[in-house]
Amino acid sequence: MEKNIFVADLAAMKRFAFAVARHAKPGFVIGLAGDLGSGKTTFTKYLAEAMGIQDVVNSPTFTILKIYRGTIPLYHMDVYRLETIGYDWSLEEYIDGDGVAVIEWYPYVGAMLPKNLLSIDIRATGETAREIRIKGEGEYDKVVEDVVRRYGN
Amino acid sequence: MYVLGVESSCDETSVAVVKDGREVLSNVVLSQIDIHKEYGGVVPEIASREHVKGVSMVFDQAIKQAGLRYEDIGLVAVTNGPGLIGSLLIGVNAAKVVAMNYGIPLIGVHHIAGHIYANNLERPIEFPCLALVVSGGHTELDLMNGHFDFVKLGETQDDAVGEAYDKIGRVLDLPYPGGPVVDKLSAIGKDSYHFPRPMIDSPDYNFSFSGLKSHVINLHHNMTQRNEPIIKEDFCRSFQEAVTDVLCQKTKRAAHEYAVKQVIVAGGVAANRGLRAKMALTITDIPVYFPAMKYCTDNAAMIAAAGYFKFAKTGVADDLFLNGDSRLALN
Repeated sequence: MEKNIFVADLAAMKRFAFAVARHAKPGFVIGLAGDLGSGKTTFTKYLAEAMGIQDVVNSPTFTILKIYRGTIPLYHMDVYRLETIGYDWSLEEYIDGDGVAVIEWYPYVGAMLPKNLLSIDIRATGETAREIRIKGEGEYDKVVEDVVRRYGN
Repeated sequence: MYVLGVESSCDETSVAVVKDGREVLSNVVLSQIDIHKEYGGVVPEIASREHVKGVSMVFDQAIKQAGLRYEDIGLVAVTNGPGLIGSLLIGVNAAKVVAMNYGIPLIGVHHIAGHIYANNLERPIEFPCLALVVSGGHTELDLMNGHFDFVKLGETQDDAVGEAYDKIGRVLDLPYPGGPVVDKLSAIGKDSYHFPRPMIDSPDYNFSFSGLKSHVINLHHNMTQRNEPIIKEDFCRSFQEAVTDVLCQKTKRAAHEYAVKQVIVAGGVAANRGLRAKMALTITDIPVYFPAMKYCTDNAAMIAAAGYFKFAKTGVADDLFLNGDSRLALN
């Protein structure tokens, strides 16, 4: 299933992330796409907050992977630099692991993505306004419906 | 005491010999930058492979250039985090081999502690001291009341400064790494866009550069759509002025609040000429020190210096279970 939603500002982005976080469980994989500055890391900060993570969640660009300990772990990745390579098998154990994996620039590591994937593509339409396409594959088909209903759009 | 320093947390394989935390006898750095350039950043798997290729040669060169033998070394200090886990492990394991083989104590050093102690290679650090750490992966203010006594006053809530520089470079289509190029172009540009200075007046010592980054990208995008000419130099200058204003003002406020004897700037962005110039103009009543250019980027001499003082303070060495930790905390 695939749905488009409109996010007007940071408060709406937070509401959206909290709706997604309702489905957090070990092995949950979220792919994020969108240009620089579209709000991928911002979404992840709110997701982490909803998952009860107290640490400062900042950009994973430099180290590619940052690990946060909450009720269940959050694996926050930025795979932008893997564009021409397409994979990094050292990340694999975190994608199909004991926590939630958030993969920024997920289209760049197509070979590593699981069958069950929730993909969120963010497009900036204004200073704070964003258009979000949320797509669920495999068992996440039903997640899309629930997230959209909770978000109220 | 001769300390053998080992650093491999990112894309530089480096080994150094430093005497008593001050005197650099050798500092061999094998950089992979040319290899990672084509990917627009460091690729972890490639970095690990390159570290493996170069590590033995770098160890041998460092010992040879220092005119010593391994038997003369009194301590092996190695970066055990934070950094790329695969890269870290190569340095850590190589250091363990030397420590075990020659019966030398081994100590793990935080990468940022190394950047801070790069300043000690030129003059002794005086306490209390305020350290501004700015690099591709870090942006934080640390207060030091003595050797290896770090109190984090604040840190970035999103992007690190060096990362924001590299991303602006990407948007402006500048070669990687963007930081030094943005710095260079800004010298001939004008602050014509006067971008926002995020969190400059917030009462804490935290930073945020993501909003500024988005602001610059939005403007660039809108101007491109309207077919307006993009003056890259002016974008660079305007961005750099905004970033350095925030860094300098917050550092100045912290320096006064904690009545420090000196301010030191550490990390790769300490090489930024705009930052160096503005910091000297902003803080005039307390000495501000930057490491020599060659010690701003990753190197093992700074790790050896930090390891010396850590060992001197704690007197405790690590055992051979020492491991790499990609998100190791400084304190």
